[in-house]
Amino acid sequence: MAYTLKMRLWRGDRSGGDLQDFDVEVEAGEVVLDAIHRVQATQAGDLAVRWNCKAGKCGSCSAEVNGRPRLMCMTRLSDYDPSETITVTPMRTFPVIRDLVTDVSYNYEKAKELPYAELPPRDADGKRRMMQEDVDRGQEFRKCIECFLCQNTCHVVRDHDGNKKNFAGPRFFLRYAELDMHPLDTVDRRRVTREQAGLGYCNITKCCTEVCPEGIHITDNAIIPMKERVADRTYDPLVWLGNKIGIRDKDRDSRAEL
Amino acid sequence: MTTGVHGPTRARIEAKTLRTDRWWVSPLTTFVVFFAFVVYATIRAFQGSHYYSKPYLSPFYSPCLGDCVKGSSDFGQPFHWWPLSAALLVLIFPLGFRLTCYYYRKAYFRGFWLSPPACAVAEPHKAYTGETRLPLILNNIHRYFWYAAVVIALVLTYDAILAFGPAEGESSGIHMGLGTVVFLVNVVLIWLYTLSCHSCRHIVGGKLRHFSKHPVRYRMWTWVSKQNERHALYAWLSLFSVALADLYVLLLASGTFSDPRFF
Amino acid sequence: MTDTSPETTSAAGTGETEKHQYDVVVIGAGGSGLRAAIAAHDAGAKVAVVCKSLLGKAHTVMAEGGAAAALGNLWPEDNWQVHFRDTMRGGKMLNNWRMAHLHAQEAPERVLELEDWGALFDRTKDGLISQRDFGGHRYARLAHVGDRTGLEMIRTLQQRTVQLGIDVFMECTITELLTDPAGNGRISGAVGYWRETGSFISFEAPAVVLATGGIGKSFKVTSNSWEYTGDGHAMALRAGAKLINMEFVQFHPTGMVWPPSVKGLLVTESVRGDGGILKNSEGKRFMFDYIPEFFKAETADNEAEADRWYEDKANNRRPPELLPRDEVARAINSEIKAGRGSEHGGVYLDIASRRTPEFIRKRLPSMYHQFKELADVDITQEPMEIGPTCHYVMGGVEVDPDTQMSGVEGLYAVGECSGGMHGSNRLGGNSLSDLLVFGKRAGDAAAAYVAGLDGTRPTLPEAGVQAAQELALSPLLGSGAGTENPYTIQQDLQQTMNDLVGIIRTREELERSLAEIEKLKDRAQHLAVTGDRQYNPGWHLAIDLRNMLLVSECIAKAALEREESRGGHTRDDHPGFDERWGTLNIALSINSAGDGVDLATQPLPVMPDELAAFFQEDH
Repeated sequence: MAYTLKMRLWRGDRSGGDLQDFDVEVEAGEVVLDAIHRVQATQAGDLAVRWNCKAGKCGSCSAEVNGRPRLMCMTRLSDYDPSETITVTPMRTFPVIRDLVTDVSYNYEKAKELPYAELPPRDADGKRRMMQEDVDRGQEFRKCIECFLCQNTCHVVRDHDGNKKNFAGPRFFLRYAELDMHPLDTVDRRRVTREQAGLGYCNITKCCTEVCPEGIHITDNAIIPMKERVADRTYDPLVWLGNKIGIRDKDRDSRAEL
Repeated sequence: MTTGVHGPTRARIEAKTLRTDRWWVSPLTTFVVFFAFVVYATIRAFQGSHYYSKPYLSPFYSPCLGDCVKGSSDFGQPFHWWPLSAALLVLIFPLGFRLTCYYYRKAYFRGFWLSPPACAVAEPHKAYTGETRLPLILNNIHRYFWYAAVVIALVLTYDAILAFGPAEGESSGIHMGLGTVVFLVNVVLIWLYTLSCHSCRHIVGGKLRHFSKHPVRYRMWTWVSKQNERHALYAWLSLFSVALADLYVLLLASGTFSDPRFF
Repeated sequence: MTDTSPETTSAAGTGETEKHQYDVVVIGAGGSGLRAAIAAHDAGAKVAVVCKSLLGKAHTVMAEGGAAAALGNLWPEDNWQVHFRDTMRGGKMLNNWRMAHLHAQEAPERVLELEDWGALFDRTKDGLISQRDFGGHRYARLAHVGDRTGLEMIRTLQQRTVQLGIDVFMECTITELLTDPAGNGRISGAVGYWRETGSFISFEAPAVVLATGGIGKSFKVTSNSWEYTGDGHAMALRAGAKLINMEFVQFHPTGMVWPPSVKGLLVTESVRGDGGILKNSEGKRFMFDYIPEFFKAETADNEAEADRWYEDKANNRRPPELLPRDEVARAINSEIKAGRGSEHGGVYLDIASRRTPEFIRKRLPSMYHQFKELADVDITQEPMEIGPTCHYVMGGVEVDPDTQMSGVEGLYAVGECSGGMHGSNRLGGNSLSDLLVFGKRAGDAAAAYVAGLDGTRPTLPEAGVQAAQELALSPLLGSGAGTENPYTIQQDLQQTMNDLVGIIRTREELERSLAEIEKLKDRAQHLAVTGDRQYNPGWHLAIDLRNMLLVSECIAKAALEREESRGGHTRDDHPGFDERWGTLNIALSINSAGDGVDLATQPLPVMPDELAAFFQEDH
């Protein structure tokens, strides 16, 4: 079934821009990115849009469709009424470059501040042993495709530019959690998670989880467990007292604090 | 200088949000329901009467440690000198548990503080520091309220057992009335809410690095994790059930209603 | 956008060229590019990675099944010799034996290295890296993470690259390699532009590693992303290197066929490795009818044996669904042509009736997600509709097997844009390990080459930089006279390649395709691009088109020349192997006018006797 879709696309750059109307022929089973590509091929050859795989695996085509942060390649037209106008804007948290493309370098800058895995030497046979149940949690976080929709929707930086300096954002809390739950890693990063990554800025309003196209439980499985781990390290007087009188947390013994 | 979505480097779009769905329904519902609960609970907590109708003790007043009416204090009256309502002595714990709860935080930050009201809807505040300062930094001691909540849940379990006990005017025997059912449902929901808590999940096993070395705690963690997915649901249901249990006692104690008896 | 110079916006349209000097410039940030960069950095070189997209978005993320490496974690009988033999047989003996040899030997260590850097592979019961079955591999051999192994690999390499502080130039397209006319045509650097601003950038570097991936975007039905325009292939040609094996294009047997928007999207081979079977519209498990002589001895000829194999590999032969990809793709094609296809022109891939929903969701989470989200199909309940899709090009830059250096001094090629390793057909899982093994080798070799230059480094010729920039700008400047829409030319090229140079080929169609490509080349001289230089996809496509056309010509020409059917090249008019062709490579080089390619045949390197002995039993 083919029909004419009404679209409003934001066009412009840092100096200004507006929502422009396009009528484009689409078919059942297509996604928003298909419609955008058709606009590009037939009406606006220079319409800037970032995309790669068109299969929900690379996380490039992040934008806001009818105000909701989404991957354009995973947003099906059949989810909208054919008479409805679909409005697509660039992500509104990052500086715009042109049309639907934003400057996401904030995320790459934050990635540089991240810690990395530091593992002990391998076993005698040259291999490493980790049990599946011990890597399950980390594997969920490593499903992240870095679409940065969570970073985009997080009000901590979306509504407060100034916080960008002190706040790594949900995508990178996943990384801190992954490393803290890594069965072999040798470093304790709870202090830096609080002080450098700004975990305390998160008020668990869960929008990151809501928009995650991979369905990662960012808040429940990464951020909150990290908050609890930071509480162990910093906010729990009983744990502190225990440490003072020599009760050791064996699970952390082999780890050096960063 | 404007910041946020109207900042100078962002795409120039007038609207604070372009969402076309009814995103405001959820925060508004939260606001109305929670506000109603707070008003009701405050009145009932300060009222200091109509909280006991044998064998039912309102969960708002349990354990009744102040100068409580006859038969309602199962754990003595260490605070018999307390001049105000006995509810105020214990309500602080469930209140603190819910205020610092990871689900309620989401709900009130969205519904009451509008920070943010909904995803991708701009919030009205100029500055934001999250939970890095007092008083919100206190949310980090949620686990202590959880310890207290477990004690309270144990007490409410005891109350639920007593709800099978002799009714008004009886001295022995087993009874079961509609109130018993209300109390049972309430205590089950309270337990589900308490055990599905994120801090509980951390304490039973989430803090471990090697589940493989702690198979029992791993199984406990797996169970709690499953319940944890419904933590928000249990938060709402137990909120209703606790208010209902109290209301039921109020109706009995004030004589507005008499407890239908099954046996 | 870049990590190194965030204020590039101001340079837009000024015509100034941003200049950089490095020891090694790696073009492409997929698995092989990043592995090469890490190796070169570790060897002490100053390294830049330049990529068309953002870091971490390269096509490697699409790889699903796993990385083949004879770790022997599940089957202790497995070792590099078996892997080597499987690879050569999968490639129908047309592989560069030395590359297959190195690959089989070094893959296990390269995979374990990823784990050192933080990768979390699925585990066996003993806690070792789990391995899965795939087509053409005798033992379960693919180290994997569910069905998103490529993502795991790229993220691990990306995080390692960032950790080491290697400079990355993101969304920066290289349009031309430059050579040193004074120094026997060796590489002197590369020129490109920032996609964000359209301003030019040049890299002076004695070593350039091409890691640009494949050519799939020249085909209409493809699992490849827009980046796969054959840039590395084409730039290497123009710099003076040779391409080999370009006639061999792998059509993955299982791509989605419905809805149209996702036609061609990959359905991982793991579905079959984990028990999925192929059925036609009559419900028949048809693969038993398509077992070629070459694989008869090791393939089950009845359903009972095939089903037993998953549990007991020692006493049963493999199911025919797990034949190498070329065989399965051809079989599916035949079923569809015979009128036994599914509603939307594919066949059925069924795992729902064979495995539990829990098993499917655990082992194939992305597939479950992909079908649910994009096609409204629950693969735990109903079969998938699938058909062949252009997936991989076996052909690429001819390189030295040990160093990956091409015929041009200082120019290296790794991964999909290099040729030889996979012969006429690549086995699933061998790509990810190929990226790692040869990425490392190229990085090491490039750093060593630069270190050995002492003081005689080539310089970037200013005239060459100017010429490359003028060429890149021509579609924009020509917008007054031009009339051709680059998007339309791309679509026409894709249609031509799909219809005339597809899975089954004939002389007549190939000749027609060459004529079509000539016409398209002409039309591409008169492009009209709207807009300016700032993030203008139309202009970017116009620049990429030149590469796509050149590479398409290579494929069609080589396909016309090879008059036999082997691996990823099937000639309807020449079915079956031809012994004579079994010892020959077709090599392509740029013609003297620089607007097309010349073709020559050359003998395949001969395997030493001790390796050849592995294949005695076969014939």
